[in-house]
Amino acid sequence: MGILLNRTSRVIVQGITGKEGSFHAGQMIAYGTRVVGGVTPGKGGTVHEGIPVFSAVSDAVRETGADVSVIFVPPPWAADAICEAAAAGVRLIVCITEGIPVRDTLLAVGEVNAHGARLIGPNCPGLISPAAAAKVGIMPGSIHMPGTVGVISRSGTLTYEVVHQLSARRLGQSTCVGIGGDAVIGTNFVDCLGLFEEDPETEAIVLLGEIGGSAEEEAAAFIKEHVTKPVFSFIAGRTAPPGKRMGHAGAVISHGQGGWAGKAAALAAAGVTVIENPARMGETVAAWFASRQAEKPAAVAAKKPGGRKRGGA
Amino acid sequence: MNLQEYQAKSLLAGAGVAVPRGRIATSPDDADAAAREIDGPVVVKAQILAGARGKAGGIKLAATPEEAAAAAAAMIGRHLVTIQSGPKGDPVETVLVEEQISIARELFLAFTLDRSLGCETVIASASGGMEIEEIAARDPRAVLRESITPGSGIWPFQARTLATGLGLTGRAAQAFHETLRKLLTLFRELDCSLLEINPLAVTAHERIVALDAKIGLDDNAAYRQRLLADTARRDITDPVEREASRIGVSYVHLDGNIGCVVNGAGLAMSTVDILAHLGGHAANFLDVGGGADSAKIAAALRMILQEPAVKTIFVNIFGGILRCDVFAQGLIAGVKLAGANLPIVVRLVGTNRDEGRRILTDSGLPLIVEDDLEAAARRAVAIAAEPARSPDLSPGGAACGSGVAGGN
Repeated sequence: MGILLNRTSRVIVQGITGKEGSFHAGQMIAYGTRVVGGVTPGKGGTVHEGIPVFSAVSDAVRETGADVSVIFVPPPWAADAICEAAAAGVRLIVCITEGIPVRDTLLAVGEVNAHGARLIGPNCPGLISPAAAAKVGIMPGSIHMPGTVGVISRSGTLTYEVVHQLSARRLGQSTCVGIGGDAVIGTNFVDCLGLFEEDPETEAIVLLGEIGGSAEEEAAAFIKEHVTKPVFSFIAGRTAPPGKRMGHAGAVISHGQGGWAGKAAALAAAGVTVIENPARMGETVAAWFASRQAEKPAAVAAKKPGGRKRGGA
Repeated sequence: MNLQEYQAKSLLAGAGVAVPRGRIATSPDDADAAAREIDGPVVVKAQILAGARGKAGGIKLAATPEEAAAAAAAMIGRHLVTIQSGPKGDPVETVLVEEQISIARELFLAFTLDRSLGCETVIASASGGMEIEEIAARDPRAVLRESITPGSGIWPFQARTLATGLGLTGRAAQAFHETLRKLLTLFRELDCSLLEINPLAVTAHERIVALDAKIGLDDNAAYRQRLLADTARRDITDPVEREASRIGVSYVHLDGNIGCVVNGAGLAMSTVDILAHLGGHAANFLDVGGGADSAKIAAALRMILQEPAVKTIFVNIFGGILRCDVFAQGLIAGVKLAGANLPIVVRLVGTNRDEGRRILTDSGLPLIVEDDLEAAARRAVAIAAEPARSPDLSPGGAACGSGVAGGN
């Protein structure tokens, strides 16, 4: 079933009456996600495209039993929205908003941790578990298919790219998590790697990193010690000039730190397959599945009953 | 975004942190006058954003106003090339003329973000004057760090730990504590991503004075730091980067000949990477973002057309929120608006791909459409490698007409 989401996840949309929130609420429902309510302060009691709207997250949680929230609130109010969700007892908070000041995110992450909740993002495409028909985010649902590859990424469209390449080879995904492109985020590679390692439905992991910070190096250290499943990685920004912010707030090589070479070397030393050509990500993962199939078909077939879910693979 | 030294120092002074007396000058005569106002030996400092000015001749001591004028004359109107500025160097428009300070010791002090720990952090060293990486490389123990819990201040014990580590006692330690507190307040009030004082001088009289100041601002906070954001934006000397900042797209110059238009930062970086992987060179990094309309695309294309070496443009769009049909319409209008008449390779996949491709075909523009990322990148690399620009792409059905017909 993948990680973080399941068939019973009940989702509310903060900022549902805005353009983005409204559009993506519809897209999530169309994918099969149980969107049970929306929140826009001052619009409680109304119904937006069939979805009940509440003025406060606590009202929405009480009335709908929501345990997941997805946030489409503009940057000046997004940190407040995150904290409101955490205070209302929401277990999983997914913040799509790009452009939140780092200082606000720092404070919001502190609140989320204090409430024992989990934040995905900000500045992320969200997450999707195709087998659970659960999409909490803005990724195009049509490119995904159920399967056993777990994807973790700091990027949006680059994630779609790898999913496109995987699905084209009939390699479905257990869960794809966009952790976000900001310098400070709620959930990191290490958190997701731990969850994927524990997840019986996930057989292989794709980790999409990029320049800036040290999240990939930390992931490498964790993989070395704790991850037995094969990990494939592409790191974007190999040719990025130092000191320039490459679109994402967090994608910058500063003071000689956060460059491609160090990340690639750390991951390779941890046994990760580092892919250098972004057009060959799907092919590389497919080759591993093919070689495993060839090596021990009997063992794989007998491994676990969930294996048949891979259907056409 | 980064502030010039004189701007950063004026903010420090406003926060009650001691800085040398002085002011900016925009001509040698003005520098002469500024030195006379100080009435003593001065230091003349070129105001550019790139670091390592001193070694590049951007910081000069002057004993007299005449010497200050001469130093200013050697800087203003020139490009200063430092190890951080790139080969073209940064243009010097103004200099800062300041009193000389009698220095007993030079410290390093910076407030920045610890991305791994998710908190603000103070970095300090007794070996000021050098770059912090250099200090760390020589002796990692010479770099002191204290993490600050989000929302709380810097605790007195942390200030004591730092002061002790820096070898400060008595009045100097007291002044250091106060400086720390004021700088943290400033760091937060201004939404800084970096506030670096190097060197932070301890004077013979145990005063703490900021001899240099570097302030980096969190771009995401520009909406609530408008004055600073506007100031910093005016200081973007590159016209293309200034335009990008204005219309809200991310643009970075690179030195190749393949212009790139991509949606999403990760995919945009990967696009630059794959071109390099296949032997090509991107002219730029460009993330047009999720809401790319014709005006934005036209503006993006115009920016790329200003890159002198550009021979072809590679458009790589993965439709998600940004639908392919909407993008295709924007691209066609943008190409016409910008008057782009060089070969354009388009790779358009994702939401509403077929509709998008139909729009490209019907446009009659000589676009080269490829679905496969590597095939598309190879086409762009091949075109860029041709000795001369070849505007006619139609022979052999390379243009989009047949490409789309083949793709149902």
